[in-house]
Amino acid sequence: MKIDCKHVWQHISAYIDGDVDAVLRAEIDRHLETCEICSAVLDSTRNVVVLMADDRVFELPAGFSDRLHARLDHDLALNEGS
Amino acid sequence: MGMVSNPASEAECIRRILAGERHLFHELIRPCERPIYFLLSSLLRNDTEAEDAAQETVIKVFRNLHLFRGDSQFRTWVLSIARNEGLGRLRKNETRREDSLDALTDGEAGDFTPAILTSWREVPTETLERQELGSLLRKAIEALPEIYRNVVLLRDIEEMDVRETAAVLGISEGAVKVRLHRARALLQRDLAPKLKAFAPKRGKLFGWAR
Ligand SMILES: [Zn+2]
Repeated sequence: MKIDCKHVWQHISAYIDGDVDAVLRAEIDRHLETCEICSAVLDSTRNVVVLMADDRVFELPAGFSDRLHARLDHDLALNEGS
Repeated sequence: MGMVSNPASEAECIRRILAGERHLFHELIRPCERPIYFLLSSLLRNDTEAEDAAQETVIKVFRNLHLFRGDSQFRTWVLSIARNEGLGRLRKNETRREDSLDALTDGEAGDFTPAILTSWREVPTETLERQELGSLLRKAIEALPEIYRNVVLLRDIEEMDVRETAAVLGISEGAVKVRLHRARALLQRDLAPKLKAFAPKRGKLFGWAR
C-alpha cells in the first residue's frame, strides 16, 4: 500500500504522539524519506508542539502566585474561627 | 509541567489539611496553579478576569476539599472546578463571543491543508525573544475555536495525557485526539509562515532533535 500526502497529513498529530500502529508508521516513514513537503509539514508541526510545551513561552503573569497565596492566606484567616 | 505529584503524599496532605493544618494547602495547590490559570485564560480570554477566576477557583477548592473523593487525580478534580468557574462566568457575561458555535463539530470532516514551507525546518528558539515568540503563539491559540483551544492547552501546553484531558473537559478520548489534530494543523498553518519570518534576520539557526 502506498500512501499519499493527504493521508500523511491526517495522521501527523498521532504520528508525533507515537499513537500510530507499526504498519502505518512504517508507511509514513517511507513516504517521508522521499517527500520533502510532508517532511517539512511534519517538522514545522512538531516545532509548534515543542514550542507550546516550553514553559518560558507560556509564563504566568508576574506576581500571579504571590497574589494568589496572599488572597488564600486572607481567606484561610477569615475561616479560622468558623 | 514537570511536577508530578505523588498521589499517596497528596492524600496524606489533604488528610492533614482537613484535620486542621490549613497552611499545607499552599503547597497542595502550587502544582495546579499554572494549568488553572491557563485553562481559565483560554476560556475567558481576559488576563485580569482569568486571574480573578483562578483565585476564586483555589478558594473553592479549599472550601470543598472535604468533597474530594480520591477517585480521580486531584489535579483533574481541581481543573474541573476551574472549568466550571470559567463557564459560569462566561454564562454571566452577555458580551461573550459565541465562538464555540462556529467551531466545527467533531463529526464534520475538516481537511486542513497545512502550510507548505519546505524552507522552514527549524525554529531559532535560542535567538528569539521569548516575549515575541510567546505573543505570536498566544495569538494563534486565542484565534482557535474554543473546543480546540482547551484541548491544545491541556495536551500541548500543560502536557497532560489524553485520558486526563478527556476527564477535565468531559469529552471522549477519541474527541481529544481529533480536536488536538485539528488544532495542531490550524496552528501549523497559522504559525509556520510567521515563524519562518523570524529565521533570516536572527542569524544562527538551532535545529530540533528529530
Ligand atoms: Zn508527501
